[in-house]
Amino acid sequence: MQKLKAWLWLSAGVLIWVLSTHGHSESRWNMTEGVTEISRSVYRLHMLIFWVCVGIGIIVFGIMIYSMLMHRKSRGVQAANFHESTLVEIIWTVVPFAILIAMAIPAARTLAQIYERGPAEVTIEIVGYQWKWQYRYVSDTNDAKVAYFSTLATPPEQIANKVAKDENYLLEVSEPLVIPTNQRVRLLITSNDVIHSWWVPALGVKKDAIPGIVNESWTKVEQAGLYRGQCAELCGKDHGFMPIVVDVREPEEFQTWLAAKQDDARKMAELTNKTWTLTELVDRGEKVYGQFCVACHQANGMGVEGAFPALKGSAVATGDINKHIAIILNGVNGTAMQAFGKQLSEVDLAAVVTYERNAWGNNMGDMVAPLDIVKFKSGQQE
Amino acid sequence: MTAISHEHDHHEEHHGPAKGLTRWLFTTNHKDIGTLYLWFSFSMFLLGGTFALVIRAELFQPGLQLVQPEFFNQMTTMHGLIMVFGAVMPAFVGLANWMIPMMIGAPDMALPRMNNLSFWILPFAFAMLASTLFMEGGAPNFGWTFYAPLSTTYAPPSVTYFIFAIHIMGASSIMGAINIIATIFNLRAPGMTFMKMPLFVWTWLITAYLLIAVMPVLAGVVTMMLMDIHFGTSFFNAAGGGSPVLFQHVFWFFGHPEVYIMILPAFGVVSAIIPAFARKPLFGYTSMVYATASIAFLSFIVWAHHMFTVGIPLVGELFFMYATMLIAVPTGVKVFNWVATMFRGSMTFETPMLFACAFVILFTIGGFSGLMLAIAPADFQYHDTYFVVAHFHYVLVPGAVFSIMAATYYWLPKWTGHMYDETLGKVHFWLSFIGVNITFFPQHFVGLAGMPRRIPDYNLQFADFNMISSMGAFLFGISQLVFLLVVFKCVFSGEKAPAKPWEGAEGLEWTVPSPAPYHTFTTPPKVDGGH
Ligand code: HEM
Ligand SMILES: [Cu+2]
Repeated sequence: MQKLKAWLWLSAGVLIWVLSTHGHSESRWNMTEGVTEISRSVYRLHMLIFWVCVGIGIIVFGIMIYSMLMHRKSRGVQAANFHESTLVEIIWTVVPFAILIAMAIPAARTLAQIYERGPAEVTIEIVGYQWKWQYRYVSDTNDAKVAYFSTLATPPEQIANKVAKDENYLLEVSEPLVIPTNQRVRLLITSNDVIHSWWVPALGVKKDAIPGIVNESWTKVEQAGLYRGQCAELCGKDHGFMPIVVDVREPEEFQTWLAAKQDDARKMAELTNKTWTLTELVDRGEKVYGQFCVACHQANGMGVEGAFPALKGSAVATGDINKHIAIILNGVNGTAMQAFGKQLSEVDLAAVVTYERNAWGNNMGDMVAPLDIVKFKSGQQE
Repeated sequence: MTAISHEHDHHEEHHGPAKGLTRWLFTTNHKDIGTLYLWFSFSMFLLGGTFALVIRAELFQPGLQLVQPEFFNQMTTMHGLIMVFGAVMPAFVGLANWMIPMMIGAPDMALPRMNNLSFWILPFAFAMLASTLFMEGGAPNFGWTFYAPLSTTYAPPSVTYFIFAIHIMGASSIMGAINIIATIFNLRAPGMTFMKMPLFVWTWLITAYLLIAVMPVLAGVVTMMLMDIHFGTSFFNAAGGGSPVLFQHVFWFFGHPEVYIMILPAFGVVSAIIPAFARKPLFGYTSMVYATASIAFLSFIVWAHHMFTVGIPLVGELFFMYATMLIAVPTGVKVFNWVATMFRGSMTFETPMLFACAFVILFTIGGFSGLMLAIAPADFQYHDTYFVVAHFHYVLVPGAVFSIMAATYYWLPKWTGHMYDETLGKVHFWLSFIGVNITFFPQHFVGLAGMPRRIPDYNLQFADFNMISSMGAFLFGISQLVFLLVVFKCVFSGEKAPAKPWEGAEGLEWTVPSPAPYHTFTTPPKVDGGH
């Protein structure tokens, strides 16, 4: 028995040591404390309940294991015959109830903090897509909206185990969300197709992105740095490949970044409005094609027999131009052809349609201008 | 006149089962049907377990090795559906069929023809569900929770077969539940008042009401899906004025009571086994009954704790958080009562008792993580991570499944007339116990550290714990073959079992010989004294 007690104490000690040394940093064992007031109060709450559970566990399992060891028939013990005690039963109803109330109070306080709504310095709209995130900076001071997609940047060779994996395997994106430190950032979260969930543990934010509903959350990060997370709602085959990276910068740096982004957006607006020639569009379209279409339809426009249709001489690329635009904007349901309408700019959409109608000997000679796409889109919405 | 002579001697040739395959096809005997349910459940357990091992094999190392993400999602979905509807629920129905009539002194179930039907539609439902794996577009790939619009607008065509399969399972469960209620109400032996019924009967009575209340809700939600997919309605389609959140409310109004359907009968089993091997009456019979009823009631008002992150208003979150935390009180009472039953008992540790003790400890650990999940602000961090996977597997595997195994060992001598091989039983227990903990304990850690659930691949920081977890899963999986061996050996050979093989066991089932005669209690036994 002496030996057994020693073992029990030793293992309890090891458990406490492990948990306390690993609890305070970004760890592989425990929840992160994070970098916001909320993430820290959630962490404290988590540890509080954890220790309460450990305490109750030690008492209950202690008594149980004691009985299992001491009250054995093989030790010649005679069974007692008690099977009721109103007093004891009342005690073990009331005491847990009191413990619950003690936990409910701080929990409600943290919850209220998370739900607090107030004016924000920056507002960002987050839209979930299968399988990428779109970030839109909402502000009323300028007309050029900053908006871009953020997709998985881990190369497929790493996923297929052909090359060594990076440290941030699967947690790397093409372009992170950029926000300022110490400013209140309002997050408006929604989805374009299925339900996703935007989760960054270090910020203590997890909120579902649901089509047809705009959810609100907020964060205020104290430390600059890169914080990583992932989509947390099963959203289809690439659910595991939908990371989130938040790049938190000092406010001045953030402003510089935003200004540059706004500049780009303004230039893009100018491009949309300018008068394009056929050759200009075909040239630009070739590049867009090379980036987004070539993998399936192939550089020679011949597609892949039985899997992806050819474009060279195809009914779509040489037929009614509006049908052609519609397919590229909306995709084809039930096939690998995605809807590019929201992923590409009007300029790129116009360019790629024009390119497809004039490449590989599809000498249609017609063209779509970016403004036509704008018109087409607004016509679709009505 | 003949009725009188029947009381005096048992002519097996007149009352025994028919011979051959038709015995099983047309049987209306509660024991045969119980046996059918149990074998069906075990085969589904192996099938669903195989799917789990495909998942764990893929997750053994980071990177994609064995399966593609599409197939991975089909595996998680089929694993969850088959374990819940094919393994755990039918196993408890099987136990109910075998034991409830014997425990209350009834000759059979109240509605024997319906009993036959409610079993035999199950194999069709699961054959249909499993056949989707071979269909174009693959099996359901949207999780056992099948959230819209992933399961409506974006699903493979096989979703229609999935919906039909769910309808059939639901019909089976409802018929089973009606039968159990009718049996308990009408066929109790004289003197068996409600407060003298064994707890297993009580917990099943309450479970049957849960089933009748929520299975139609499940049927409703899949029917709404069917309408959305094929008939142009928009219940769950935002573009047509519906709401994906509506789906979740309806689903979880079924789904939360469903998880109690999988655990309440387990409470009954453990409440029979612990007193038997502690040789001491169950502590707090009355409070056990009330605790079970309160848990069942509370299970109807906590569904939104699965939806803390969908954006419910603050007051809603507070309500569901408080209601969920409250469940800890009656659950605690049950655990304390079991411990008090062991305290100052005279315990022996045959295999059923080992499983029952492991049940109490590991189910309580699952309860602790459940309490943590109830705290809404913390749940924002836990939700949809491996912490949740660890939580529900602690409740379902060493909870529901261990209790089923405990029950099997406990009543096997009564069913077969033979004692099982105690050494092999213990081997099975220890391998399962170790396997289960190696599998699921590390999942708490990866979950807290940020690994989402339902992903086929993960960051390197989660690699070592996932490897450990996968090794545990294979150990657990393989040890179930030992179980199969024990049961086979016990059916075909083994020492002859006395009517009451366990010294401390109580209840009417032990008053009849082992194996229990094909027709028990042609005249009702008289019940007096305690429960
Ligand atoms: C030792 C045996 C088992 C192993 C190794 C195992 C393993 C797994 C794994 C790896 C997952 C996927 C987790 C995720 O990515 O979300 C899973 C999910 C699940 N398991 Fe098990 N499991 C076992 C037994 C059971 C049992 C007995 C049940 C009984 C009801 C069960 C119910 C579920 C459910 C409901 C899911 C969720 C499926 C979904 O995500 O839709 N499992 N299991
Ligand atoms: Cu997603």
